[in-house]
Amino acid sequence: MSEDASRPFEPKIVAFFCNWCTYTAADLAGISRMQYAPNVRVVRLMCSGRVDPQFVLAALHGGADGVLIGGCHPGDCHYQEGNYNARRRFELLRLMLRDMGIEDERVRLEWISAAEADKVQRVCNEMTEQIRALGPLRLAPVPRRHAGKAPAGKAPAGELVEQVTR
Amino acid sequence: MTKPKVAFYWCASCGGCEEAVVDLGEDVLTVVEAVDIAFWPVALDFKVSDVEALADGELAAAFVNGAVRTSEQQEMVELLRRKAGTVVAFGACAWLGGIPGLANLSSRESILRHVYHESASVQNGDGAMPQEQIDVPEGRMTLPHFDETVRTLDQVIDVDYYLPGCPPPVGLITAAVMALVEGRLPEKGSVLAPDVALCAECPRAETKPEDLKVKAFKRPHEVLADPDLCLLAQGLVCLGPATRSGCGGACIAANMPCTGCMGPTSRVIDYGAKALSAIASLLESQDEEEIAALAGQIADPVGTFYRYSLPASLLHRRVEPAAAARPGGAS
Repeated sequence: MSEDASRPFEPKIVAFFCNWCTYTAADLAGISRMQYAPNVRVVRLMCSGRVDPQFVLAALHGGADGVLIGGCHPGDCHYQEGNYNARRRFELLRLMLRDMGIEDERVRLEWISAAEADKVQRVCNEMTEQIRALGPLRLAPVPRRHAGKAPAGKAPAGELVEQVTR
Repeated sequence: MTKPKVAFYWCASCGGCEEAVVDLGEDVLTVVEAVDIAFWPVALDFKVSDVEALADGELAAAFVNGAVRTSEQQEMVELLRRKAGTVVAFGACAWLGGIPGLANLSSRESILRHVYHESASVQNGDGAMPQEQIDVPEGRMTLPHFDETVRTLDQVIDVDYYLPGCPPPVGLITAAVMALVEGRLPEKGSVLAPDVALCAECPRAETKPEDLKVKAFKRPHEVLADPDLCLLAQGLVCLGPATRSGCGGACIAANMPCTGCMGPTSRVIDYGAKALSAIASLLESQDEEEIAALAGQIADPVGTFYRYSLPASLLHRRVEPAAAARPGGAS
């Protein structure tokens, strides 16, 4: 990630919000003209259960300083089970990220119902300030791959990264 | 007709891949009949100058195993790339970084400090550290540079094909060599192995429950595993759901869970993340604290899910504390 030393650090946060609860809450926050940190880039998914751990890593790899996942409260998932799966993956992912030297505050899972616009505001503000205090995520650059085309074994991360960070 | 020339070389590896070539057994005769071995430092007496003397592209293929960590390895693979029409990343280390790639969890400094100072079996009163060069009466002696990070082969040179496995299964090696000799190679960049998950070929697949859930994870030494039942259903972390097949389920046949050496299938970008996702989804609980406790039963998540693929992963290596942050990659 290129950094301009003359400008103060502004955290970049990629947020994966589920269509039925958290995205609707963010929408409500907007309609209600609630102000919150502009550091969060929201990606709408149908369900927090769709958040593949690869998405989180691709976001970090692509320059995000943090990743926020928002889903329906337990028992409220539009698809019954999706948010429980999100929680299962998140808990194991967090342990893995800890061992990779990535602070817990950088990846966060929150249950935010469609009515909780104020929680969207609070969580986005809180996370932005926590990451501002931590500073930018400094991943070692991944050495460039030389294969002329993407091998069948590994699609280029670039495509996925573009999808989640732009 | 002259036979095509091939080379074998090793970088950061254990020698198991070389052993796999020897393990071809009688099939090695088929291979030797079909090709001329022009360079194989482990088994035959060749010098680097023999490779340098070849015309560019004169080697039909170079089979390179091991990850890349030193300047010598980089120099050798760059030389082989120039001399070979086709370069095959041979085995998990060359393709994904492999076991040596787990060194990307530690900084270069901490590795050298441990090996030369802290390790219990080391006595190093003078605090000597390896130097890259030293002048002695006979002249200057040099050692290769030890890079900041472990890289996969294709993070150093252009790679044409990948042979997965730790080491690659004999059947896949023979098939790859014969395909090369007969000009039947697939599209560049292909992994020369089936593109389905191990579970699809597992002899225990029928015992895998439809709705598989795990209430407690165990490590292989903690249980006497039933030799006929799905290992996941017995609470062992088997990475078969996320791992490419083609190994014939050798570990499963030995009643040991899959550790993922065959790497990902073509639909996966980051093997460890996908394997982690597959295992996490099995946790039998909806309660947050219980889920966290279950996840905590999996010892060493990075070493479990990225055992063979850390350098090829999206994160590539452990994040150094901010103060020590430095540009990664080889110098």
